[in-house]
Amino acid sequence: MISNILLYFLFGMSFLCLIRVIFGPTMADRMVAIDIFGILVVGICGLLAIITRRSFLIDIAIAWILLSFIGTITLAKYLTGKKLDE
Amino acid sequence: MNDINIFSIIFFVIGVLFDLFGCIGLIRLPDVYNRLQSATKSVTLGTCSILFGLFLHYGFTAAGLKALIAIPLLFFASTVAAHALIRGSYTFGIKLWKGTVKDDYKDVKK
Amino acid sequence: MRYITLFLIMFILWMLFTFNGELPNIVIGITVSLITTLIFGRSFVKDTKKFFQPKRYFWIIVYLIIFVWECIKANIDVAYRVLSPKMPIKPAIVKAKTTLKTDIAKTFLANSITMTPGTITVDIIDDEFFIHWIYLSKEKPEEYTHIILGRFEKFLKRIFE
Repeated sequence: MISNILLYFLFGMSFLCLIRVIFGPTMADRMVAIDIFGILVVGICGLLAIITRRSFLIDIAIAWILLSFIGTITLAKYLTGKKLDE
Repeated sequence: MNDINIFSIIFFVIGVLFDLFGCIGLIRLPDVYNRLQSATKSVTLGTCSILFGLFLHYGFTAAGLKALIAIPLLFFASTVAAHALIRGSYTFGIKLWKGTVKDDYKDVKK
Repeated sequence: MRYITLFLIMFILWMLFTFNGELPNIVIGITVSLITTLIFGRSFVKDTKKFFQPKRYFWIIVYLIIFVWECIKANIDVAYRVLSPKMPIKPAIVKAKTTLKTDIAKTFLANSITMTPGTITVDIIDDEFFIHWIYLSKEKPEEYTHIILGRFEKFLKRIFE
């Protein structure tokens, strides 16, 4: 029961991040918010694994960590003004 | 539903609380650099805490050990991402907040 | 030697990630580790003898305990700054000199600084760290260098050098 409530809290926080994505004054603000959003999804995956009793969701969490890492690095490299294959 | 042990619930609650602080910081703080400060690290610690609670729930099984090695992975991923983002936004030319006291990096950059 | 160490690390990681002791899985793991080793072996650390000295692992455990403690303490500090209505922040980018020599030790020091809430490494140029700090509490360079770097440096020196 308590993990369901915590899951709803995490969903609410994801909406806070989306507010920052929409209203962020600069491009970097939006990137930070997307990065945070990716980390929050890992937590959501973990709690879902507990609630639905399906432990393969942890594999999804690991894959999500790596993918969001690569995405953030790519965006940050774009921010510094380099081409992506440098 | 009641078979989750009490320690993992404690870790979940701590983790979600730190996530909440990080997201409040993301909304409240004035500029990109300070937002990265609060957000990345509080949220990372919170999610690490949730993963540790997961490890306590599953014990030394396949799922539990995967949750345990996800912690250093998340740790390195988020630190390197934060570093790349802060350096990228400095190079991009985003101004520091007007209350910033000191900037040693400016001299090196130009 | 370097290639063998990297191969072992990769293989152990693969086994931990998949967690499956069947023969096809092990064969796939060996193949993937070999490909990864051949591509990335050039950029691995040079001095691989340090991986096989058990004394260093003991210091890693001590360091982890201290690091987690510092991390929690500093997180509570940042949470206080975020939540209090007046927001007592005083951000600054400061310069700090380190005494560590090897590259991997510097990398770990930068990661530790970034993970401790309140400080982020912006850049490393030779042995100078540029650190964004959310609350500049001391004015003199020696004092804040000691505060930021001092608590991790002596353990990292024992682990990596």
